[in-house]
Amino acid sequence: MSEATMTAPTSGGRPKVSKISEAVIRIAGNSQDGIQAIGGFLARLAGRSEQEVMTFMTIPSTISGGPSIFQVRVGSGEVLSAGDDADLLIAFYQHSYEDHLKSLRKGGIVLFDSDHVQPKPEWQQEYRHLGVAISSLTVEAIGGTGKDKGKNMFVLGLVAKMFDLNVPKLEKLIGERFGGKDESILNNALTAFHAGYSHSLDNVMETFRFVEGQKRAGHQVVMTGNEALGYGLIAAGVRFGAGYPITPWSDIMELLRRELPKYGGTFVQCEDEIASISMALGASYAGRVAVTGSSGPGISLKTEALGYAVMAELPLVVIDVQRGGPSTGMPTSVEQSDLNIACFGGHGDSPRVVLAPANVEDCFYTAIEAVNIARKYSVPVVILTDQAIATRIEAFEEPNLEKVCQDISPDLTPIADFKPYDLSASDGLTRHAPPGKRIASGKYPVVTGLEHDEMGHPTGSPKLHMAMNAKRRNKLRKLASELPVPQVYGPPEGNVLLVGWGSNQGPIREAVDRARAAGDSVSSLHIRYINPLPPGLENIFSGFNHVFVVELNDEGIYGYGQLAGLLRARYCDAKIQGINKTDGLTFKVKEILEQTRARLAAAKAQPATGVTIQRI
Amino acid sequence: MSSPVTDIPVRGGNITAVPPLPDSERKPLTKKEMSADHPTWCPGCGDFSVLALYFKLIEKRKLWHEKITTIAGIGCSSRFPYFVQAHGVHYIHGRALPFASGVSLSRPDLHVFVFGGDGDAFSIGGNHFNHTSRKNIKMTYVVMDNWVYGLTKKQTSPTSPPGFKSKTDTWGAVDEPINPMKQAIAAGATFVARTTHTNPNHVLQMMEAAMDHDGFGFIECLSECVEFYPGAFDSSNPRKGGAFNLVPETHDVTDEIAAYKLADEPFPGRFGIFYKVDRPTKNKLEAGINAKAQEKVKGLKHWQILQQNFDRMK
Repeated sequence: MSEATMTAPTSGGRPKVSKISEAVIRIAGNSQDGIQAIGGFLARLAGRSEQEVMTFMTIPSTISGGPSIFQVRVGSGEVLSAGDDADLLIAFYQHSYEDHLKSLRKGGIVLFDSDHVQPKPEWQQEYRHLGVAISSLTVEAIGGTGKDKGKNMFVLGLVAKMFDLNVPKLEKLIGERFGGKDESILNNALTAFHAGYSHSLDNVMETFRFVEGQKRAGHQVVMTGNEALGYGLIAAGVRFGAGYPITPWSDIMELLRRELPKYGGTFVQCEDEIASISMALGASYAGRVAVTGSSGPGISLKTEALGYAVMAELPLVVIDVQRGGPSTGMPTSVEQSDLNIACFGGHGDSPRVVLAPANVEDCFYTAIEAVNIARKYSVPVVILTDQAIATRIEAFEEPNLEKVCQDISPDLTPIADFKPYDLSASDGLTRHAPPGKRIASGKYPVVTGLEHDEMGHPTGSPKLHMAMNAKRRNKLRKLASELPVPQVYGPPEGNVLLVGWGSNQGPIREAVDRARAAGDSVSSLHIRYINPLPPGLENIFSGFNHVFVVELNDEGIYGYGQLAGLLRARYCDAKIQGINKTDGLTFKVKEILEQTRARLAAAKAQPATGVTIQRI
Repeated sequence: MSSPVTDIPVRGGNITAVPPLPDSERKPLTKKEMSADHPTWCPGCGDFSVLALYFKLIEKRKLWHEKITTIAGIGCSSRFPYFVQAHGVHYIHGRALPFASGVSLSRPDLHVFVFGGDGDAFSIGGNHFNHTSRKNIKMTYVVMDNWVYGLTKKQTSPTSPPGFKSKTDTWGAVDEPINPMKQAIAAGATFVARTTHTNPNHVLQMMEAAMDHDGFGFIECLSECVEFYPGAFDSSNPRKGGAFNLVPETHDVTDEIAAYKLADEPFPGRFGIFYKVDRPTKNKLEAGINAKAQEKVKGLKHWQILQQNFDRMK
């Protein structure tokens, strides 16, 4: 909790009020306790209060129950990551208390349910303990079976009191969430909330008030990354999708299944992953870019059809919500280990486009961009997101929907003559005549996975195979040349450049801020376009002594993560090194800083020679 | 945040518009107008007959090039789309049905025909066959069943009868073959018919009936592989001393149990429609869901519908 100004000392036994600019609150319980709901309310409230917010959650991969956490970081300034250490830990059970106390900063507050938690004396020195009989007080407030329903709302009340949150706004949010259901549910929720809010916090010693955030011109919207992707696709004009349930991709298919009918679109739950991509490709072929997606093993299953899309030059959007792998791996943990399969998965030479959104807001715009690249270049586009962005909630400036929403319905106007794979096309691009389009010459194209001539008819000609391979590759070179040069965060020259992609953007920027504040020469570069890479990277790298690629994957046999390997292959630059981890959690700022220092120390001991450095 | 969103490509590209001739003035397509590449099948292959009858169907029913889509997976018979002068797709092995479903569900103005072989339908694509059947997605599916893998030169197929000597079962096939009729009925197909390439009139009759069926119309068409399984279907061909027995006129096509019993008859079995019921297609059910959902957002532009969601997330 960074304190802006300390206000008046305590008077009359009332807890003193400290002004703070941000706070990290971690709520630990079991998955059925509704702790996500508390986090969700706090996040939405922040979005409505000109504050920035970022959340982080873990859910057990067990079917029901199991420990679960939700962390929310609310700040009046820019919030770039979910926060390294918590200022407040709310512990529902003994295991929540014991497993998560170490995530609390020294001197932080642990608010625990004294009905379930036995505090440890040895920890009471370092952390401020506050016991509230959450379970029994909730039952007392709302009556009922004592099955702990409503505990989360009681806790929300406690938090609202502790942080002097806007009660009418929270009540409105609670009403929106529980309204429309059985009236008693809303009443119980409000009763529990008020019971928590009016519970005496005398022994807290201190409550907090957020300094006001910067006034914003427009409204903020609050959603998860998966929601932003789903709505982005709708804005982009996508009206058909197909998928198979798998965590953490399923939210997107559920959203599209629910929403698309309003727009006359359809989302189909298929029998398997291969059917899903095939059905989406069928709809794309029928004239309108469609979407499929998956996570982990599902992406492996789709690769044959992805190769077909490359060969037939059909547009398609494939969402890969990365999770821990290989195989079934770590279904509810974050990892960035699908970069290779996204860029290169499949047999044969199959160039395709890979985009990686940096945060929740970026998910929305990346979806639109993916659709437009797929259409323009007749190519499958993989959106590489990850479990962390997928599930976390962020507030961002509301998009101008009237402006960004687009219509991409197929054009069925008859035409004179047509060659889809025209080798002499001045822009080198393939265009398709969707079925239903009449061609006056009476010569109709075929779409195929066999190597083909300009009309799509199969050929065994080595000359044509080379020409078509070049066509499929050159159009991506053309795309690469049109991409914007990424901007360096911090000075464009210096000692260390931290390169990141995907959800690492926030923690990396925060690491740069902290390092620079400590006087170190560190900048960062975020890469959104993974394949093809944007222009200008070579020049950027040349401005730094060290280039460390920070990614959530293994350092591999040769000592480099997946993006680092790609960059080394592309730029043959020995100073490109990796900072990697695979503990299933997003990077903490301090982890990036520690690893940077360690890497620098290692480089000092053994200067780069252009030859592969043997790592420890 | 300003994200560099690539410009929407200009519609059409190298395409120029021509005034269309009204459908009423168009003449039925001739075989010449329907033919594309010369078929690569071996001389004498049963698939020639199916292709010729597809042309006949298009001519007889006045289907236009642009109103049909011919889709196939991988196999000898799956080369089909190359030989038809119309929008066509040669997809990957076993997955023609889900691809075709994507076309069917997003384009109600088209008629989707899928052609393939027994390996494509019942082995690598077996599960898609089950699910397309149960979902009753509107299309016509003709499986040219030759009881052998021909394109890869004589391996055992899922419909090879026990004892069939192939390169993968030199001592004779041992696995129980799939009975396509039973498989289709059990999976929930709403139109299940059987025919053979040696009886052209019957093939055409079945194709017409399948096309007119509002739902997933499945036809198993015996189609001899003269190269790797010659004579497989002789006992169904009167000209070779066999018997072509029609489904009895008394058969109730809506009686599932009776259909199973017909399907259980030993080879050559019966030919005709085994099973046909009316059940709403997925196309229709989805359209119903959409009509209901759109009723609630009547008069709103698409961005305004999306705006409603965003307003709730403020």
